[in-house]
Amino acid sequence: MSHQVLIAILLLSPLVGFIINGIRFRSANYLLAGSIATGAVAVSFACAVMLFVELLGLPAEQRRLTVSFFEWIAIGNFKVNAGFVVDQISSIMILIITGVGALIHLFSIGYMHHDKGVTKYFSYLNFFLFNMLILVLGDSLLTMFVGWEGVGLCSYLLIGFWFSDSAKAAAGMKAFITNRIGDAAFLIGIFILFTTFGTVNLHELNALAPAALEAGWLGTVGLATLMLFIGATGKSAQIPLYVWLPDAMAGPTPVSALIHAATMVTAGVYMIVRLNPLFVMAPNTMMVVAIVGAATALLAATIGLTQTDIKKVLAYSTVSQLGYMFLAVGVGAFGAGMFHLMTHAFFKALMFLGAGSVIHAVHEEQDIQKMGGLKKYLPITHLTFVLGWLAIIGMPPFAGFFSKDEILWQAYSSPRGHMLLWAAGVIGAMLTAFYMTRLLALTFWGKSRVDKKIHPHESPFVMTIPLMVLGLLSVVGGWVGIPHVIGEFLGHVPNYWESWLAPLITKLPSATMTAHSATEEWILMGSSVTLAAISAVAAYIIYVKKEGVAAKIAQAAGPVYKAVDNKYFVDEAYFAGIINPLLQASYNLWQYVDVNVVDKATYKITEIVRGGGFIVRSLQNGNMQQYAMYVVIGVVVALSYMLVG
Amino acid sequence: MIETNIFTEITANHYLILSAVLFSIGMAGVLVRRNIIVLFMSIELMLNAVNISFVTFSHYFGKVDGQVMVFFVMTIAAAEAAVGLALAVAIFKRFKEVNIRFFEHLKG
Repeated sequence: MSHQVLIAILLLSPLVGFIINGIRFRSANYLLAGSIATGAVAVSFACAVMLFVELLGLPAEQRRLTVSFFEWIAIGNFKVNAGFVVDQISSIMILIITGVGALIHLFSIGYMHHDKGVTKYFSYLNFFLFNMLILVLGDSLLTMFVGWEGVGLCSYLLIGFWFSDSAKAAAGMKAFITNRIGDAAFLIGIFILFTTFGTVNLHELNALAPAALEAGWLGTVGLATLMLFIGATGKSAQIPLYVWLPDAMAGPTPVSALIHAATMVTAGVYMIVRLNPLFVMAPNTMMVVAIVGAATALLAATIGLTQTDIKKVLAYSTVSQLGYMFLAVGVGAFGAGMFHLMTHAFFKALMFLGAGSVIHAVHEEQDIQKMGGLKKYLPITHLTFVLGWLAIIGMPPFAGFFSKDEILWQAYSSPRGHMLLWAAGVIGAMLTAFYMTRLLALTFWGKSRVDKKIHPHESPFVMTIPLMVLGLLSVVGGWVGIPHVIGEFLGHVPNYWESWLAPLITKLPSATMTAHSATEEWILMGSSVTLAAISAVAAYIIYVKKEGVAAKIAQAAGPVYKAVDNKYFVDEAYFAGIINPLLQASYNLWQYVDVNVVDKATYKITEIVRGGGFIVRSLQNGNMQQYAMYVVIGVVVALSYMLVG
Repeated sequence: MIETNIFTEITANHYLILSAVLFSIGMAGVLVRRNIIVLFMSIELMLNAVNISFVTFSHYFGKVDGQVMVFFVMTIAAAEAAVGLALAVAIFKRFKEVNIRFFEHLKG
């Protein structure tokens, strides 16, 4: 099959699944709905694999398959095609999206089987994948924006899936509105790029980027990329717009795994990697990206220390890991950002699905203080969760080690990196190791605190198979990007990842490049792994060996603990600083401007019209002789005008 | 120019003035009278005043068009009288009088 047909099938298959399940959305047949949806995604995955193989067969410079289905917008010289492109970056994205997506669909069959809205759920899930594929395959910023908005819509629908609970519906709205703020900036960024370069095509923009230097557009490019980055902070949950993601855990757990961990939230990282030639032209924006990324990684990790909801811990962990990705792209390590995006998709989807399996086992209980000792009831879930845990805390040779270490090394050694960024990353890694160990310990290890009436049970195979596959990927997923120093040590193992992405990644201007020795890299690598391991062991001791120590530490920390436990009062600050003033201003506008000005003006107009009507109505009173009189008067007036004039 | 005596020689102007006078009388009747029968007579008067003008101009210009038009007008007048008188009869049966104000009852 030609690649055009493959791309068409890849895109349309989830759409067909969405339409079929959408039409029969009242059905409660979870097996049928799940099979249709999972099958649709599996077909997409097959297409993605075939496209990847086709790319592999091409020489490195020609790895770019494009297709244009129709002319979407044509206004004068401005033309946008419904065009899609599969290249080194998007092929990886579609593999992750459809591959992890298919596993999560499969898991959902087991997880959602008792739900009445299961068909609706699967149709939303398929629609999400369709939009996500448009986002990553679109060959222009506008096509990308269609997917960008589409995934936002699906995220809203799925967060508020159980909308009869008003808190969950509110979480959906919070996500949607927060995303809108970012989207507005994203649109402004697109507008600036269009007015500057006269095109929104990604390929053309990237090709024109180096010319911006000579044209003196650097300020404009800096502004545009900054706006795009603000859009990314909304979608990818970075400071200051990260607040929606923890609340988004109100949705079904597989949704959290798919949308709020593996795919949608990485759209911002993908966008920056996609436009890396532009971002390289804007060093100031990149500095902002790196600092925001590092700050988010740290802040979210500290909040993760005190959360007691199993999904909230994972949510803050996701925010933190996304921070690492932004740190990577901010220091110019675009490949490392993409690498962490992929490994994170594996291990975080695994952990969310594991959490789903746990929640399923203990009858919708999400508080880790009421878990513990689940290891013996959920052996498969426990084992796979441990694999995810080892991956996320960066233990070699698990997936997370390679990607996180690459980011930390680049944060230190890149011309746009800094010692402080590296330090923030390492502290973040330590915190990650601590709260992840805490989560694992409180959930699976130690004494059981589960309600006596509940008898936990291992999930069915339809749920554990995705866990096992993702567990395997969490182990081996990082082996495609083994850093050179280790590769040399192991005997010339090449870094496949770097060479695969190299043609699309712009090299940083290397004027200030200082030589970094392999020894330095070994030392940094060793220290970050050791610190994370110490931190994990400390957490193990505190939460398993010596119960009660945690409470004492919390007490000793006093106000600091209180601030962290309340998520630094960020939500409260937003309410006090932005939302409430807005509400008050709206209320005042209604009470004074609307009631007194707008309403009164319209009432006045109706009065005038009614008064006029009252006068004119007396002329038409049904007396025919009076009508005849009007005619005569008219004739007389007309005649006298003719005679006199 | 040949002097003409308006008292001895009848010209087109005489006919036109007669027509205008008759038309005005008819119009006044339509405007002020309340009896439907009288109204019809007044309308008839106006129509016939116009007929006189038609015939006058027809004779003056030596064309028959105007005279043809007169027949049309007379036909219309007859039809109008038939309809109008039927209405008058209906009104009379209902109210025992043929005053025009009773037509106001036709208002919705």
